[in-house]
Amino acid sequence: MIPVVHNPVPASAEIFLALAAMALLMVGAFWKRGAQARVASVLALSILAVAGVVLIGVTPPRNVIFHGQFIADHFALFMKLLILIGSGLTLLMSLDYIEREGMARFEYPVLVLFATLGMMMMVSANDLIALYIGIELQSLSLYVVAAFKRDEVRSTEAGLKYFVLGALSSGMLLYGASLVYGFAGSTNFAVLAKLLAQGAPGSTSVGLIVGVVFVMAGLAFKVSAVPFHMWTPDVYEGAPTPVTAFFAVAPKIAAISLFTRVMMGPFGPLVMEWRQIVVAVAIASMILGALAAINQTNIKRLMAYSSIGHVGYALVGLAAANPSGVRGILIYMATYLFMNLGTFACILSMKRQGKMVETIADLAGLARSQSKVAYALAIFMLSMIGLPPFAGFFGKLFVFLAAIEAGLYALAVIGMLTSVVGAYYYIRIVKIMFMEEPASPFDRPQGQVAAVMGLSAIVTLLFFVFCWPLFYAAEAAAKVLIGS
Amino acid sequence: MIVSALAFYVFAAVAVASGVMVISSRNPVHSVLFLILAFFNAAGLFVLLGAEFLAMILVIVYVGAVAVLFLFVVMMLDINFVALREGFMKYLPVGAAIGLVLLAELLLVVGAWSFAPRAKTVLDAPVPAFDQLSNAQALGRILYTDNLYLFQAAGLVLLVAMIGAIVLTLREREGVRRQNAGAQIARRREDVIEIRKLPAGGGGQ
Repeated sequence: MIPVVHNPVPASAEIFLALAAMALLMVGAFWKRGAQARVASVLALSILAVAGVVLIGVTPPRNVIFHGQFIADHFALFMKLLILIGSGLTLLMSLDYIEREGMARFEYPVLVLFATLGMMMMVSANDLIALYIGIELQSLSLYVVAAFKRDEVRSTEAGLKYFVLGALSSGMLLYGASLVYGFAGSTNFAVLAKLLAQGAPGSTSVGLIVGVVFVMAGLAFKVSAVPFHMWTPDVYEGAPTPVTAFFAVAPKIAAISLFTRVMMGPFGPLVMEWRQIVVAVAIASMILGALAAINQTNIKRLMAYSSIGHVGYALVGLAAANPSGVRGILIYMATYLFMNLGTFACILSMKRQGKMVETIADLAGLARSQSKVAYALAIFMLSMIGLPPFAGFFGKLFVFLAAIEAGLYALAVIGMLTSVVGAYYYIRIVKIMFMEEPASPFDRPQGQVAAVMGLSAIVTLLFFVFCWPLFYAAEAAAKVLIGS
Repeated sequence: MIVSALAFYVFAAVAVASGVMVISSRNPVHSVLFLILAFFNAAGLFVLLGAEFLAMILVIVYVGAVAVLFLFVVMMLDINFVALREGFMKYLPVGAAIGLVLLAELLLVVGAWSFAPRAKTVLDAPVPAFDQLSNAQALGRILYTDNLYLFQAAGLVLLVAMIGAIVLTLREREGVRRQNAGAQIARRREDVIEIRKLPAGGGGQ
């Protein structure tokens, strides 16, 4: 038989990451005791940086390799760079945290690398099986890092809850994928798109629709959209704070881009069938994100509900199902990355005499004790509302514009209304920081956390100055995805 | 033909019946044993389909490893299964409703099943003729060539599972004496054995 030759070059970044993570495992195992975690973290940071450079170097405009299972294109490049930035900055923030909190084991950076690899495989998946394996690699690593503080009940509970519900969602995803495969006889995205486009509109078989709905349910769980969001607050609250920061950015970006690719690619011809589901999920997520966060006292839980709301806004772009919608999603995720990382850097610096505190009331009078942190957090909160000129405004602007372009006026109006409602709890944090009597002051934020906070604050604040190249990149990436 | 039809109905009926017994039997050990019976019958169904490799894998992996692992867990962990069943009646209506919805969906799906118009032309891995190629060969031909990417990625998933299990459960205790193979091998006879000449009848004093 003819030997199969694969061209691995477009996947060089992933291959490098996989090999480097395995090598790091060896370094961690044989390095002298005591310093392994720090050495492994620093090495993991440089591995992520090299992977980013390789990624920029090798990604072609659009190339399908590995028997059609892996796609490297500019859409994937854009999302993967966001993921690498998210993973790198969260690793940087956890450098001191893991030592202070007694979770300094070298497996932590290794698992973060494997999770990042899984996310990159999700973004590049061009086949239902590749999609599933990417998701599993990512989730399995995340379950473990959620429970990484294994002597603490909350952390273990978070890991277990995430694991059980994640397994359930994987089951739904697989069930849906098997129905789709049963209909089409192929798991490849390109083939699926071709086959599904042939049916007359409105005559789609029930089995296929049920399959698509189940796949969507599984993916909605991974992005934590309502009604599959129940795990999010508990996991965010229980997991160690840098891990929560990681959960809030990188996996969300990966899952949203996977969601986008699946819906716009193979299931693109069924847009009339799935649009109503995405619209309903987006509306429910935006409303729940705005209302449920109001009563929260723990800032990590509040951020969980906030992230549910943000996923709702990103899904508005998906519901539009046009190139501007995809561009909106790309820009939204880019802004989301920095404002979330920044907020979590602020949460990580909420520390009194070396002890972490997590309630919103602890922020009282922060403007007088730690004015820099207070101003940074205020920037992030205003950006999350979507006030111009902060970064969050542009994300919301582009997804709403796309929704209006697609004729989804009700969706856009509901999105704007929930933004106003959500503004209440973001502004309340600002009010508590600037207008209330100071509680006892926080410790000075430690170096790397302050660096991440400063960087995110600058990006969020000055986004409008240097956002044009990003807009062009997002537009090109969206064109590549739609054109495929 | 009649033999294979008969075999199909026997395997299928026993598989379904033992599936029901898995969830309804009171003794968890019996549940696991019924699970094993269900696996065996599913393997029988695979053989009828001509997928003998899958049948063997099912027996080896699911009966040999997974079910035995379940048995270990059930028998070694002191889980109070009566307590686990508490609230069964409370959740029964919700569970039954979800089950009914799923059943209705399944009936709809199966009842109105259709294949894509040109599905036959795009099959990912067409089944080769049974008389030309054995199952294992056919699987091996695509597993390590076309599906190289998936194969390697699945290996990474297993590696992460292993790392996770070790990270979450391994505890290093103080004062444990471990085997040191190097020291054992480097031990020389002269260092540890002393030969003394003792006078006969001296009693070793």
